[in-house]
Amino acid sequence: MAKRNKRGNFLFNTTPTGVSTKKYCRFKKNGIKYIDYKDPDFLLKFLNEQGKLLPRRITGTSLKYQRKVAQAVKRGRHVAILPYVADSLK
Amino acid sequence: MKNYESVIVLTPVLSDDQLKETVKKFRELITEHGGEIIHEDNWGLTKLAYPIQKKSTGFYHIFEYKAPGTIVAPLELALKRDERIMRFLTVSLDKHGVIYNQRKRNGEFKQASKGASAATAVAPGTKVTIEEEENNG
Repeated sequence: MAKRNKRGNFLFNTTPTGVSTKKYCRFKKNGIKYIDYKDPDFLLKFLNEQGKLLPRRITGTSLKYQRKVAQAVKRGRHVAILPYVADSLK
Repeated sequence: MKNYESVIVLTPVLSDDQLKETVKKFRELITEHGGEIIHEDNWGLTKLAYPIQKKSTGFYHIFEYKAPGTIVAPLELALKRDERIMRFLTVSLDKHGVIYNQRKRNGEFKQASKGASAATAVAPGTKVTIEEEENNG
């Protein structure tokens, strides 16, 4: 099972046609330097359906900005802009 | 002097006058402690992501101000003591945060929408691969 999971992870971020595309950090690419914790629609892209943070290996975010995303999500949760737990966010 | 941003969530049971009075109180508190208000934003009655004090809505008010660091402790103490405040968060803004808020005020949302389109392009791709993985297994 482990091997298959690993292969599955390798397949992430491929296009529907199966052509693999290189993952990239959207903050570096678009020059976004500040992540607003008051913008739930944007932060939702980094959460799964349960409201948990998605790992870097799926979103492609660089470590520097993953830390900032995490910080922003936690702030958003505190002021009830984002949920701590959810059932069907998407 | 540092740049700060405070979000306060007020109870939905307040009347319009009470709301204005509370906001005014904290606005004055900030200026009293040597703060200089840069911008204020009111979201009005907003739905909360989860209930706080058994209430599912709240009034959001956001202060952006420039103040010495000594302001934070007395301000947060006053916020904590006020029963009309359900939640608050004070954040110090770095230079990027200040620029971001400025641009947001000027109505520059073009960058944000760019990011949105990129994200939607990524999301379906990941979903498809998950399905593929399941089929393989």
